[in-house]
Amino acid sequence: MREKRTSKPRRKSGRRHPLATVALIAIGLAVTGGAYAAINSSTATADTRPVASQSTIEQGEKLFQANCATCHGMGAAGTSAGPSLVGVGAASVDFQVGTGRMPLAQTGPQAEQKPVQFTDDQVKALADYVASLGPGPSIPADHLTNGGGNAANGAELFRINCAMCHNVAGAGGALTEGKFAPALTDVSGVHIYEAMVSGPQSMPVFNDLNISPEDKRDIITYLKYVQDNRSPGGFELGSLGPVAEGLFIWIFGLGSIVALTIWITAKSN
Amino acid sequence: MSTVTTQQPAKKGGFTAAASNYIDERTSISTAVKELGRKIFPDHWSFLLGEVALYSFVVILLTGSFLTFFFHAAMTPVVYDGSYVPLKGVEMSAAMNSTLNISFDIRGGLLMRQVHHWAALLFVASIGLHMLRIFFTGAFRKPRELNWVIGFVLFILAMGEGFTGYSLPDDLLSGNGLRIIDGMVKGIPLVGTWISFLLFGGEFPGEQIVGRLYTLHILLLPAIIVALIALHLLFIVIHKHTQFPGPGRTNGNAVGYPVLPVYAAKAGGFFFIVFGVITLIASLFTINPIWNYGPYDPSPVSAGTQPDWYIGFADGALRLIPPGLEFVWLDRTWSFNILIPLVALGLFIAVVMLYPFVEAWVTGDKREHHLLDRPRNAPTRTAIGAAGVTFYAGLWAAASSDIIATHFMLTMEGVIHTLQFVVIVGPFIAYFVTKRVCLALQKKDRELVLHGYESGRIVKLPGGEFIEVHEPLDEYERWRLVSFTDYKPLMIRPNANGKITVAQRVRASLSRWFFEDRIAPVTKTELEAAHGHGHHEVDMGEVEEITVGEMNVHRETVGR
Ligand code: HEC
Ligand code: HEC
Repeated sequence: MREKRTSKPRRKSGRRHPLATVALIAIGLAVTGGAYAAINSSTATADTRPVASQSTIEQGEKLFQANCATCHGMGAAGTSAGPSLVGVGAASVDFQVGTGRMPLAQTGPQAEQKPVQFTDDQVKALADYVASLGPGPSIPADHLTNGGGNAANGAELFRINCAMCHNVAGAGGALTEGKFAPALTDVSGVHIYEAMVSGPQSMPVFNDLNISPEDKRDIITYLKYVQDNRSPGGFELGSLGPVAEGLFIWIFGLGSIVALTIWITAKSN
Repeated sequence: MSTVTTQQPAKKGGFTAAASNYIDERTSISTAVKELGRKIFPDHWSFLLGEVALYSFVVILLTGSFLTFFFHAAMTPVVYDGSYVPLKGVEMSAAMNSTLNISFDIRGGLLMRQVHHWAALLFVASIGLHMLRIFFTGAFRKPRELNWVIGFVLFILAMGEGFTGYSLPDDLLSGNGLRIIDGMVKGIPLVGTWISFLLFGGEFPGEQIVGRLYTLHILLLPAIIVALIALHLLFIVIHKHTQFPGPGRTNGNAVGYPVLPVYAAKAGGFFFIVFGVITLIASLFTINPIWNYGPYDPSPVSAGTQPDWYIGFADGALRLIPPGLEFVWLDRTWSFNILIPLVALGLFIAVVMLYPFVEAWVTGDKREHHLLDRPRNAPTRTAIGAAGVTFYAGLWAAASSDIIATHFMLTMEGVIHTLQFVVIVGPFIAYFVTKRVCLALQKKDRELVLHGYESGRIVKLPGGEFIEVHEPLDEYERWRLVSFTDYKPLMIRPNANGKITVAQRVRASLSRWFFEDRIAPVTKTELEAAHGHGHHEVDMGEVEEITVGEMNVHRETVGR
């Protein structure tokens, strides 16, 4: 790959200014190098986004002091009201704040999703700030989260690793003491990825050794497939399985039949 | 030449007449048809529930036959290569593969599957409702006790059909269901493990179970069900249908429409209505999306794994049993967390099945009953029924404890403890409340018969006193309210040897419990006395009228 790209400009350069050759080689190298880095970062945990500038980190710090420090402490070192965020990484912050879980509203069994309170830029700034405190999982690259993987593999991995809490169709499920695994019917690919690497609350962490980034991409692909394709059999009744089906047949099935029997026998009188 | 002349009229009638004549001469079926055609069917909506069950069964047979053409009852591993993308290339059993093919690659297959499954749910549900109707109206009493038992066996078989069918696709959900059954079987002391190995042809899940369930599902169980349905219907013809009390309806007649032509036509139409409703539901609503569940694999279990509704009560019992009931004794694990639910459910089923005999023994009633009870007129039975329904409903709800918890934002533990309370204490509460309600309703009826209903009309007597005018019931209404059989507690009587046996004592005390609170139906003398009295009350000559509510109340109703 690299050789092809670099040789191409060289051949063309013969008819042009000698300096153009140098410039083109430089561009070619930069592009291939960048692409290589991008691909490489998918297997490692390297940050794929442009390195956070000092100014966003400062903006993030301000936001953090104003909104989060009451619980997470100055410098995110943790208090009795909230854990230390040193080393949780940008992914965790992007997930927690980007899904509206943080800042935490009231102490319930688990942090509930609320309307997101920050703009995308502010979320990124907070993430950059926390990431600057210690290394941790970063926000995943687009090609891992856009749903371009193998849905069948993802479905199988999802059934094995996630369905016991989230239900096979991602309809959600109950855990103990009022906690629950939420439905995954409208989560973005990025947040799915971040949930896996950060393991919010009762959810376990699925690091890259457990489930490789490609497998994570496949899981996201499957979840996106389920989100985008309605059930071929008609309305899903919340994908809740036999409970919803049983209630439906008793209330609407038998209900309408009984109404019809009443109608039929009433007609005769 | 006489043969020629008898054939002549048949020819005139055309082909159908000739054909029917041909058949009749060889089978004398016309007598049977005539006999059956004259059978009377009383009309009440609740009498159609059994028919709903019958018609859904027919729908199940029709669609099921279609499915057998394409279903492969084998557990041979194959790699899926059909048109459902998220399963492409996944290894699964031939059973699952063929079910997916039915769903995605065979024209009309998914609709057939959904009709079949929805009809199965409706089948069992309508049997359930039909049984409740029979129970609460006392239609199981002599001479119909055996038919109750047949019906009940049909209910159990229907659940068996449902469960075997649910397990056939060999998907994750049904595999988990089988795993639970396997666990329950293995929980039986001594023989459990052997039975499990016998059932699955080795260690669970093995490679046999789908084929075996298939034989049960499409051959054995349906054959028995068809035979029992035939017997069930035969008994209905022999016993005649029961009817609600009403003017002209006695224990010795049946008032309604003859089977031919009115009833048959209606029933035929009703079949298509039921078929239509099922098809409508099946074409609009997904059922058992096995493509979500994926192939069975013993390791994953999904949240929200439940059996179909009719097995739910058993699943619920397993969920409600408190933990810590298993222990090791004699080098064996005794899983009382499984044995207690098994025994409790077995007892419950046995009590329901034998209830007609129990009630007959307790009440000492040997009469035939062709008139139905209004539920309130048999308070103890109705209360027992309500207790049973509460028990069942509690178990049933427990099968969806996780879904209740997530959907109502409750804690799982809270839901479980509440349902444990419902299952154990609930039946008693239901019993007492229902009984009181029945008695109160009976009192109200009595009041109505004796004093008429409140007309909402207040009149001022010459003395300045205000009273409300009560209007008497019309005769039809009154008939409905006074004609019911009244029981009295049995007396303890010495037997032939002059002894009072323990059984006698038990029976008498049960009987007392059964009938201790009762409101006797209004007798003729009471009625006459009340009406004589009523005359005085309302016959008051000149009154000043203050009409409440209805303005168009006429004076002539006063003092009638
Ligand atoms: C009311 C107190 C409170 C506030 C305010 C709050 N948090 Fe939290 N946060 C918590 C608690 C408690 C947890 C631990 C939740 C748990 O895991 O059960 C938590 C967890 C987190 C986590 C996950 C840590 C991990 O281990 O992955 C992140 C990230 C986070 N908070 C970020 C933030 C940010 C950013 C803000 C400000 C916008 C914020 N929080 C505001 C209480 C708070
Ligand atoms: C032990 C149970 C458990 C398992 C296993 C589990 N999760 Fe979760 N998951 C949870 C819980 C609990 C939450 C909610 C956390 C919260 O609200 O902070 C959650 C939240 C999520 C969210 C965020 C949903 C939203 O609406 O924002 C995603 C996405 C997610 N999980 C994906 C996965 C995937 C993918 C897997 C499998 C690789 C998985 N989970 C495995 C329990 C689990």
